[in-house]
This record gives sequence, C-alpha cells and structure tokens, in this order.
Amino acid sequence: MSRPFDWLQLAVYVVLVALLTKPMGLYLCQVLEAKGKTWLDPILKPLERLTYWLMGVDSEKEQDWKLYTFAMLLFSLVSCLLTYAILRLQKHLPLNPQGFDSLTPDLSFNTAVSFTTNTNWQSYSGENTMSYLSQMLALVIHNFTSAAVGIALAAALVRGLARHSAKTLGNFWVDLVRVTYYLLVPVCVVFAVVLISQGMIQNFKPYTKAKLTEAYTIQVPKTDDKGQPVTTNVAVMAQAPKLDQKGQPVLTNGVAMMVDVPKLDEKGQPVMTNMPVMVDQKVEEQTIPQGPMASQVAIKMLGTNGGGYTNANAAYPFENPTPLSNFLQILSIFAIGSGLTYYLGRQTKNQAHGWSVWSAMMVLFLAGVFICWWAEARGNPIHQQLGVMAAGGNMEGKEVRFGILNSALFATITTDASCGAVNSMHDSFTALGGFVPLFNIQLGEIIIGGVGAGLYGMLVFVVLAVFIAGLMVGRTPEYLGKKIQSYDVKMSMLALLVLALSILGFAAWASVSKWGTDQLSNAGPHGLSEILYAYSSANGNNGSAFAGLNANTPWLNTTIGVAMLIGRFLMIVPIMGLAGSLAGKKISPPSAGTFPVSGFTFVILLLGTVLLVGALNFLPALTLGPVIEHFLTNQGKLY
Amino acid sequence: MKEFLSQLRGAIMSTVILAVVCCGIYPLVVDGLGHALFAEKADGSLIVDSKGVIRGSKLIGQNFTGARYFHPRPSAAGNGYDATSSGGSNLGPTSKKLADGIAQNVADYRSQNGLSTNTPVPADAVTASGSGLDPHISLQNAEMQAPRVAKERRLKEEEVRAFIVKYTDPPGLGFLGDAGVNVLRLNLALDGVN
Repeated sequence: MSRPFDWLQLAVYVVLVALLTKPMGLYLCQVLEAKGKTWLDPILKPLERLTYWLMGVDSEKEQDWKLYTFAMLLFSLVSCLLTYAILRLQKHLPLNPQGFDSLTPDLSFNTAVSFTTNTNWQSYSGENTMSYLSQMLALVIHNFTSAAVGIALAAALVRGLARHSAKTLGNFWVDLVRVTYYLLVPVCVVFAVVLISQGMIQNFKPYTKAKLTEAYTIQVPKTDDKGQPVTTNVAVMAQAPKLDQKGQPVLTNGVAMMVDVPKLDEKGQPVMTNMPVMVDQKVEEQTIPQGPMASQVAIKMLGTNGGGYTNANAAYPFENPTPLSNFLQILSIFAIGSGLTYYLGRQTKNQAHGWSVWSAMMVLFLAGVFICWWAEARGNPIHQQLGVMAAGGNMEGKEVRFGILNSALFATITTDASCGAVNSMHDSFTALGGFVPLFNIQLGEIIIGGVGAGLYGMLVFVVLAVFIAGLMVGRTPEYLGKKIQSYDVKMSMLALLVLALSILGFAAWASVSKWGTDQLSNAGPHGLSEILYAYSSANGNNGSAFAGLNANTPWLNTTIGVAMLIGRFLMIVPIMGLAGSLAGKKISPPSAGTFPVSGFTFVILLLGTVLLVGALNFLPALTLGPVIEHFLTNQGKLY
Repeated sequence: MKEFLSQLRGAIMSTVILAVVCCGIYPLVVDGLGHALFAEKADGSLIVDSKGVIRGSKLIGQNFTGARYFHPRPSAAGNGYDATSSGGSNLGPTSKKLADGIAQNVADYRSQNGLSTNTPVPADAVTASGSGLDPHISLQNAEMQAPRVAKERRLKEEEVRAFIVKYTDPPGLGFLGDAGVNVLRLNLALDGVN
C-alpha cells in the first residue's frame, strides 16, 4: 500500500492547528471576560442573564481562589450525583427503546466519576448498555460541563498570572456559563451537522434490523420457558500425565504427554459441575444501532472528553464514517487547547511566551507522532514471518479507511490531549507504538492537553522550569515578573507527585492482586502494560484504554473511579492554591537577571523539565512493559 | 452557611439549566438540522433493496464466507460483524492467540484464493479491525480475491475489477486516509441489488 499523501496530511494538520490558534485565542479572550463581546450576544445574552437570575448569581462579583474552587467542587458533586441517579434508575426512565437494564452501583459510580472528571473511561459498551436518555443527558451534560470547568480553571490560573496584588480570580459560575453558551454549544451545533453530512447517525429511532445476505449459525446457551439457562451436569476434567500399560508416563521428546481425566474429590468421586447446554441458532439479521450520536460526538471531541457512544468509539463506522470526519475530529481535539496558549500570551501581555509554550507542546507532539507512526508502519515481525505483507504495517485493531498514519496520529493526539477517544485499538499496537500513547498520558497530558487541563498542567511545568533555571543561576526565580517562592513550588510539586504516586501505586497494587490480573486478556509484559495504561488513563483523566483489560468488575471500577477523582481534584486544588498565591504577588520589572520565558532556551528548558520528570517517574515501570516487549517481539517470543 | 447555600443554589440550578440547554435543546436542534439537510445519513445510510427490505448500512460491514462473494476482514465484534457488540481483538503484539489466529487466517486466505503457500497476504485480510465492523478492505485485498469471485460467477475478471473500482471509496478530499473497497455494497451490486 503506497501512501503518497501521508506527509501532506500531517503537514496540513500542523498548519491548520497553528492557524486556528490565534482566532480561537482571541475568541477565548472575549468568552472568558465577564463583559466580553461576541457576535452571538444578540441571541445568547438574554439567555445568559436569565441563567444568572435563576442561579442567583451576581455576575459582577468575583471570587477568591478558595471560593472559586469550592464552587467548582460543589458543581462537580451535584452534577455527578445527577448522573449516578440516572444510571441507577435507567430501567424506569424514558427514551430507552431497547429496554436496557439499570447499571450496577460500581459501574454507575465509575461512569459518573469518569464523565464528571472529563476522563470518560468506559467500563461498559455504549451500544448495549446505555439508553438514549443516559447517553444524551447523564453523559452529555458532563461532556459540556467538565470541558467548561477545565477551561474555567485554566482561565483562573492565567488570571492569577496576569493580575498583581489581587485577591480574586474571576467568578466560577460566570466562566462555566459563558464557556458553555458562547463557545461549546455553538461550535458543536455546526460540527455535529458536518459530522452527519459524513454519515454519522442522529435520531431517536429504535435499532434497525437488516436482513443478512448470508445467514450463519452460532451456538447460544439454551434457555427454558422462563428464560433461565438450561444446564447439564458434567464431570470436571483435569490434566494428568498419560501412562502406558506398565504405569510409566509416556514421554515425547522427554516431556510427559498429558491427557484429560475426570477430576476426583477427596472421596474418589468425580467432581461434577453445571455446564450450560448450547444450541444452534440461525442468525439472519444484523441489528444496527441508532440514536443521538452526532450531537454527543461533537462535544466528545471538542471538549476532549472522548467517551464513545459505542464500545469501539471513533473506530465504529457510524462514529467516524470517513477520513474527512476523522481529520475534523482530531483537529477539534486540539482546537481549544491550542487557542488557550494564545489566550495565555494575550492575558499576560507576553505573546512570545504563549507561542513558546505552544512550540514546546508541538515538538513533543511531533516526536510522539513520528515514533508511533514508524512503529506501526514497520508492523509486527512475528506476523510478517507468518506470511503477512510487510508493506501493510500493523493493521490489527485498525480500520482500512484510516490506515496506519491516521491511526497513529489519532492515538498520539488523543493522549497528548486528555481526550481518550480512539479510532484504533491501542492494545493491539506494536510495543513501541503503544508506548507513545502511554507515555503521553504519563507526562500529564500537557501536549496541548485536555481543554484547560492541558494548559494548567503545562504551567506547573513552566513554574518548575523557571525554578530550576533560578537554581542554576543562583537567583530568586521569577515568572512573568513574579517571585516564585517555596509555597508556589510546593503546590506545583504536589500536583505532579500526586499523579505519579496514584498511577504507580494503583498499578503496582493491581498487578500483584488477583482482582487485577484475572481481568487481563494478554499475558507477559503486555499484561502489565494493560494495567499500567488503565491507571495512567484514569489518573490522567484520559479515558482511552488497552481495552483487553476487562474493567467492569467491582474492584476495578472502584479503584479506577478513585484514581480518576485523585487525578482530577487532587491536582486542581494545589493548582488553584498556586493561582491564588500568584494573583496576590507584586510584579517587579524585568532586570538583567530575569530568566526570559520565551525563545529557544526557554523551550529547551521546558522540554527538559517535562521529559525529566516523566522519565524519572515512569521509565522503570515502562521498561517492564512496552520496552521489554519490543525486544521480545523482535525475538519472536509469544505469550 | 449563607455563602454555602448560595453556592449550592448555583450548583443545582446550573446543573438543571445546562442540562436543558446541552441535553435538550442542543441535540434537538442538531437532530432537526441533520434531518433537514442529510436525512438519509442521519438515519444510518441504510441500503434498501427493490422489495423494500433493509439489507444493511453502507457504513457497517457484514460477514460473507461464500466463494461467490468478496470476503470482509476478520471481525472480533461478537460472533463477527455484530453491530451491537463492536470492538477489536485487543490482543497485543506478543499474543500467541493472535499469532495463531493470523496464521490460520493466512492459510485460509491462500487456499480460498488459490495462492501459493509463500505468497504474502495483505495485512488487512488477516487482521481484525478496531470496530469489528470495518466496511472496507484494501484495494490489493480485493484484487487478490477477484479471480475467485469471477470464476464462481462465470464473469470475466475485468468485469469484476470494474465493480471493485466502482465501489472503492477514495481518500477524503483526495488526500486524507486510505482508499477502501466497500465489501457489502460490492457484493450486493454483484448480486444485482441496487
């Protein structure tokens, strides 16, 4: 398969992201200003005023960092409870044409937390679990609001940088409402309609039955009149060495031959068990899912949520019908996050700083794409030995319409940002191809990043980089004219360490526990990668998965749910503390000893800080997972 | 306490109002616009034959095993091409199960299409897709199946190739993604279903 246009696609993508950054940034400046003006004011201003009136919010009154954070936490709690309630009561609620049952408590907890924290980890398959109401209300509300919350927090941190001798950071309710009304909803209306034009579904019809051209037969458990499975009592078999007539084990090449024999209990009686009786069933129809998908997918991508309408997410042909829809989806993942770097520059009156942060992000982005793309295009030598054409690359878990580049590109982008949508199955990537998304998440998703979360995550690294630079030249570190003091560094370190501790702690616990290892679908180092990926994804609020891990168990649902809460809120609180501290500081004019936060040196220093922290925290674990697996693949070792 | 109640009111009311806007008005507006502009696509791009029977969706693959038909990719969705149970195999690069499956698929593909035992096989022909519902196969895969289908249907190979070209979806805007042959549409066209 020749792919003459691969380089062109990548170039067009990078250029478009760059071109979008300024207009998006300027628009964000208006949206994130309580008195900002947009061209949507004539339609939306009355709605905005009505909303504040119903909420009892004075839009002119700003909040200090504690109240701002408290309001955010309270809102997250209330909206999370709403989702939990809907999922638990799904069976009794309307818009459920397929009659799906209510969700279990642990799955409801996991899912409600997952969507509240902008993670969108999914232990369920959407198309056979969620009613239209659950999708459209319980989940979509968080797709909007968790994105708006992220952007609001980033804005609060930027205000903390831009203001001086100030007590307040803005009003959380105003930011939440304005971001949703003026940015997310309008863009999504247009985006969703464009997605429908590509073939994405949007309706409220029950699932469609299509007549198959070739019927086929499957084996299904037999059920009685009451719908209960029919079982039969059979002997449990166990493996034992085969013996010859003299009672000696039969050897082949020195290894004992094994045969199945009935397992006996202590009394010498055969152990019996109930096995379901299987019967043939002729399949003559294909059931095709329907539902309000486009409206959900538009915000899932733009808000870097990533929670799929269906299990296969953006690999499902309805959820990503064409290469064009794919291109627009990856563009939308980066659109807001990229614009926020411009917003940073504009607000702090140092546009070069904004672009320098953006450049550092894009360097890391391109590095990831190249490694992942190369690894996937190279393919799997084990499979090529078996007769698979090398030119095709590694197509396991990938769709033909996207091919290698667009699968690798999507995987890199979705983990650079905290999106977590997937258009190919990361679990089936080559070892190094799968290393890239995993490491991206572990770096903290600061490469453009989740909407808002990416910027505030990256700014923590900026504070650290400035601090390290200050140590190296022996001066008090300054960032944008503000002295970085011990409190600020402590808060920054807290945000980073909580993440590493939680990822590695949970992953270590699960990988030595039966409740963790029992749910793996791959053995060897790949099994560790599955667990490591799960907790990285949860803590990083990404939501993508090495999906072979069967996560829908009470243990995994609960631990992953807790990891998501830690990854979101235990990171936000110190960052808001940092924002509050920075806002109160005076700005001193730049002097000869001030470290410039723009230009080549700064970008290199920032990159160094990011990679060093990421590498120190996670390389030991990664070595036992994807790195060793790469060498084992080359040797042809199978598990 | 007063501050707490005031914030709580904000939290509850904003949840309610944003739910109405984002989960009520917004999807209904999208639904209205979608159906006004692209009704057929909004309802699933369904293929309906001359008798009015729904035969599938242009976007969702179906399984074919008969020699008269082009075969789609292996599928890990349910029992194969189950559109309510989408997903990939999720088997990793060092999985024995995956390698064994691919070896079997390679052998089957060679014997079905009369290829020698050392002919390399297109990657997409022996690997499961991400969704398990991939409607496409690569052009090369289709070309290698063409002689078999032509023979079974007593058609000339050129005639079958013309069908392949007709049901190949080109890259987006001429340069995005990869071209793919839509297997369901191709097979239905060979059967004379429009």
